[in-house]
Amino acid sequence: MKRSPKDVMDSARTISRRALVMGGVQLGVVGVLGWRLQSMQVEQADQFRLLAEENRINIRLLPPARGLIFDRNGIPIADNEQNYRVVMVREDAGDIGEVLARLTRLVDIDPDDLTRAMDEMQRRSPFVPVTIADRLSWEDVAQINLNTPTLPGITAEVGLSRVYPAGADLAHVVGYVGPVSDYDLSRIDDSDPLLQIPKFQIGKSGAENKLERTLRGSAGTRRIEVNAAGRIMRELDRKEGEAGKDIQLTLDSRLQTYVQARLEGQSAGAVVIDLENGDLRAVASAPAFDPNKFVRGISVKDWTDLNDNKYRPLAAKAVQGAYPPGSTFKMVTALAAFEAGVVAPDETVYCPGYTDVYGIRFHCWKRGGHGNINLHESLKQSCDCYYYEIAQRVGIDKMAEMARKLGLGIKHDLPLSAVAQGLAPDKAWKSTVRGEEWRIGDTVNASIGQGYVLASPLQLAVLSARIATGREVTPRLIRLINGVEQPSGMGDSLGINENTLRRVRASMNDVCNHRRGTAYRSRILAEGQEMAGKTGTSQVRRITPEERAAGVTKNEDLPWERRDHALFVSFAPYDNPRYALSVVVEHGGGGSSAAAPIARDIMLQALYGGPPPLEAYPSADRDRIAEQQKRIEARIPPGARSRSQV
Amino acid sequence: MSYLEYNTKFVPTGFRKLLYLNWPVVMLLIAVASFGFLMLYSVAGGATNPWMEPQMKRFAVGMVLMVIIAMVPIWFWRNMAFLGFGGSIILLLGVEFFGEVNMGAQRWINLGFIRLQPSELTKITLVMFLAAYYDWLPNNKKSHPFWVLLPVLFILVPVFLVLSQPDLGTALLLLMGGATIMFLAGVHWAYFATVIGAGVGAVVAVFESRGTPWQLLKDYQYRRIDTFLDPSNDPLGAGYHITQAKIALGSGGWTGRGFMQGTQSRLNFLPEKHTDFIFTTLAEEFGFVGAFTLLFLYLLIVAFCVISALNNRDRFASLLTLGIAMTFFLFFAVNMAMVTGLAPVVGVPLPLVSYGGSAMLVLLVGFGLVQSAHVHRPR
Repeated sequence: MKRSPKDVMDSARTISRRALVMGGVQLGVVGVLGWRLQSMQVEQADQFRLLAEENRINIRLLPPARGLIFDRNGIPIADNEQNYRVVMVREDAGDIGEVLARLTRLVDIDPDDLTRAMDEMQRRSPFVPVTIADRLSWEDVAQINLNTPTLPGITAEVGLSRVYPAGADLAHVVGYVGPVSDYDLSRIDDSDPLLQIPKFQIGKSGAENKLERTLRGSAGTRRIEVNAAGRIMRELDRKEGEAGKDIQLTLDSRLQTYVQARLEGQSAGAVVIDLENGDLRAVASAPAFDPNKFVRGISVKDWTDLNDNKYRPLAAKAVQGAYPPGSTFKMVTALAAFEAGVVAPDETVYCPGYTDVYGIRFHCWKRGGHGNINLHESLKQSCDCYYYEIAQRVGIDKMAEMARKLGLGIKHDLPLSAVAQGLAPDKAWKSTVRGEEWRIGDTVNASIGQGYVLASPLQLAVLSARIATGREVTPRLIRLINGVEQPSGMGDSLGINENTLRRVRASMNDVCNHRRGTAYRSRILAEGQEMAGKTGTSQVRRITPEERAAGVTKNEDLPWERRDHALFVSFAPYDNPRYALSVVVEHGGGGSSAAAPIARDIMLQALYGGPPPLEAYPSADRDRIAEQQKRIEARIPPGARSRSQV
Repeated sequence: MSYLEYNTKFVPTGFRKLLYLNWPVVMLLIAVASFGFLMLYSVAGGATNPWMEPQMKRFAVGMVLMVIIAMVPIWFWRNMAFLGFGGSIILLLGVEFFGEVNMGAQRWINLGFIRLQPSELTKITLVMFLAAYYDWLPNNKKSHPFWVLLPVLFILVPVFLVLSQPDLGTALLLLMGGATIMFLAGVHWAYFATVIGAGVGAVVAVFESRGTPWQLLKDYQYRRIDTFLDPSNDPLGAGYHITQAKIALGSGGWTGRGFMQGTQSRLNFLPEKHTDFIFTTLAEEFGFVGAFTLLFLYLLIVAFCVISALNNRDRFASLLTLGIAMTFFLFFAVNMAMVTGLAPVVGVPLPLVSYGGSAMLVLLVGFGLVQSAHVHRPR
């Protein structure tokens, strides 16, 4: 086929023309691409570089080791224990079922844990380590390590977990830790990223909770490079966190254990204060619970048992309990009256066994009355009518003021859960809180620590400490934080007339050491260690006139929860006080029979720093005491025993 | 001109033809391919396997093939155009019925000795066939409706076959490649205006048909379009590829992170890092300088082809050269537009750089034809 030259020429021209158009379009497109590259790689480069880093780098937190808690002698009471756990990586395991079967033949694993781990493994990426079992014994770990070749993907890892060597004996003070919950997060205002770690352990109660920030430390960080699937490729750098600070408490774990053991079987609280510096030597509440159970996750049964127990083991009665202080309050009434000058030191009041106040009859505990009685005798024999009289003279506001001066009705600042404020009632309180006018009967009731007055064992111990020293003793629980001494609890003089204080102390001495004193049977015989104290028996029920006429029902005949509280406050030695203490036995009956003997035993243990010589006890009691000492001593762990001798 | 009219006296013969190859194009092809080898070495984490070594072998084979094709006179290839195109259509039909399903699409046919992607081959044979068609068609008939409709049908048959695989990228490339030949041959402007108008209408139809039983594209294709329109909507799902690609590309900056230092590809954030998205690795490691250099090399290849075509008085030869240049241009332009977020992700490899045998061989065959046209141009 022959083509005309025109045909050839025309088409060549068209093609050339259109090729130039095409080339132009192509140049334009290349220009757009070049512009796009320039804008992305040059203008927005920083922005994309940042995104790339975010893609690539993950920051993982390194949880710090929690600070330890020691007693005053350096015995650990909250420790970090190495905790072994088995971890499995799915992709390394191959046949998961087979490997797990082999593992269960070696170590005992809860089937529930196993199914949970299986579920988790299916859910997570194959390279994520999943915990199969926790808290393995060293023997189990050795078994696993020995059989590593037959257990692909299984490794034993070590972590730290909290342990309380003293168990129940310090449960109420130290508290316990547990995994952070959504509830915790909603309640506390804390932006610490550590709290976002699943199952991170935080203090849930007691000192663990109140000293959380000190004990926790700060998180370290680990910057890791991850790939698109989240697999860790390498660690870029690592910044170690700061371990939590160690805390030394003022508690003497040996004494604490003794007190807990001595209170066993009762629902009671006891507090021992060192009068040199306000150190709390023992803060005991009975019954107690094992905090280690809470760390591991308490079983429903254990939890219901604790909750349903009428003795309320979870309550830290020593600091949380608020009880009518009964006759232990009489020192407050007396000091208020003497300071106000409304009663002369040797002035006597006639006690016929009752006092009528505007037509209402208030009874003395002694039916026949005490006859003419002064301050000294009234404290020693715990006459009520004397206080009914002087309270009416001084008035409730002055009494409340004195109570607060002596440490009642105020909240002592301690790192413990729900420290009770108690109540030192006055007129203003009743009108604002109750919306009622204060009546003279209220004053009369308050004079003997009944009615509205409420105090915790801690406050009663402070009361005793302040009377013993005349100074503003503030209870101190923390001795050292990271080796730094915390301020002493010894304050200035209370500004109470020293002669008056001396009279009150002398009367308290006779309570224990005079034949007619209410706590004479619980005296300390050792020379120079004599104890001064005051009994208290506070009613939790009303005695009706009919009952009184028929004769007041004996405590033993009442159901437990209607019996009187037994209280005792004391300090010793009388002439050079070293320790002040309080004992409250809930529904224990009489202060002299239920609380005073316990108080004496505790005091002797504190004074002697261990079992006291039997000669310190009245000869009639010695056999029984020896028996009791042997029993309790067996309970005290050898570590605590030997360390306390140092 | 029929081959009888070629002034064969001035056409080089024997091995002398080697001297008359379009050497700048050969050099540029080697340069571009070398970029590819470097990147494949890098994305493998500094290893010649699994990608760089096979790619080099294929390139060597392809270059040899290119030279062999260049040695064969262009008129022979013109006479083969119909055969080639017919064969391609048969192979495409073969894929339809006997093809292997790979990554959700039916693209491969296993001939026993080679796994062939006929859609790639069609890119060249269609251009060849249309060039031959317009070489045969008298110049004054080219805008006649019948003679326009005929090539349109030739284009649409393979386009629909490819679409049904489904391979949207190749279908678009075929469509645009074919249309380019028609445009270059001088078909009247009005036809293109009409088709573009209809195209806009079709796009509207495609979107309107979404969700109805007769929807025109597969769901994943719609999702890709959505993603393209706003990838940030779903950065971990549908938009993951393009978002990660842009991050890698953008983070390269002026000069890049350095060879083998690209964190995004090394850590597998980049999808298809050795195939369709290899440009992002290059851009990350060599920065704007490296990326633009590659773009410029591509442009030079196209430019040398266009110059060669303009200097060639043979209608078939110049149409073929321009068509192949356009196909090549479409490859890299669509790929780059795709990874820079200017176009939807349609699965077009970066020519000579992306790992893959079919595309490279086919392109080098195409350049063989370009070389043949250059060597045997009428003088």
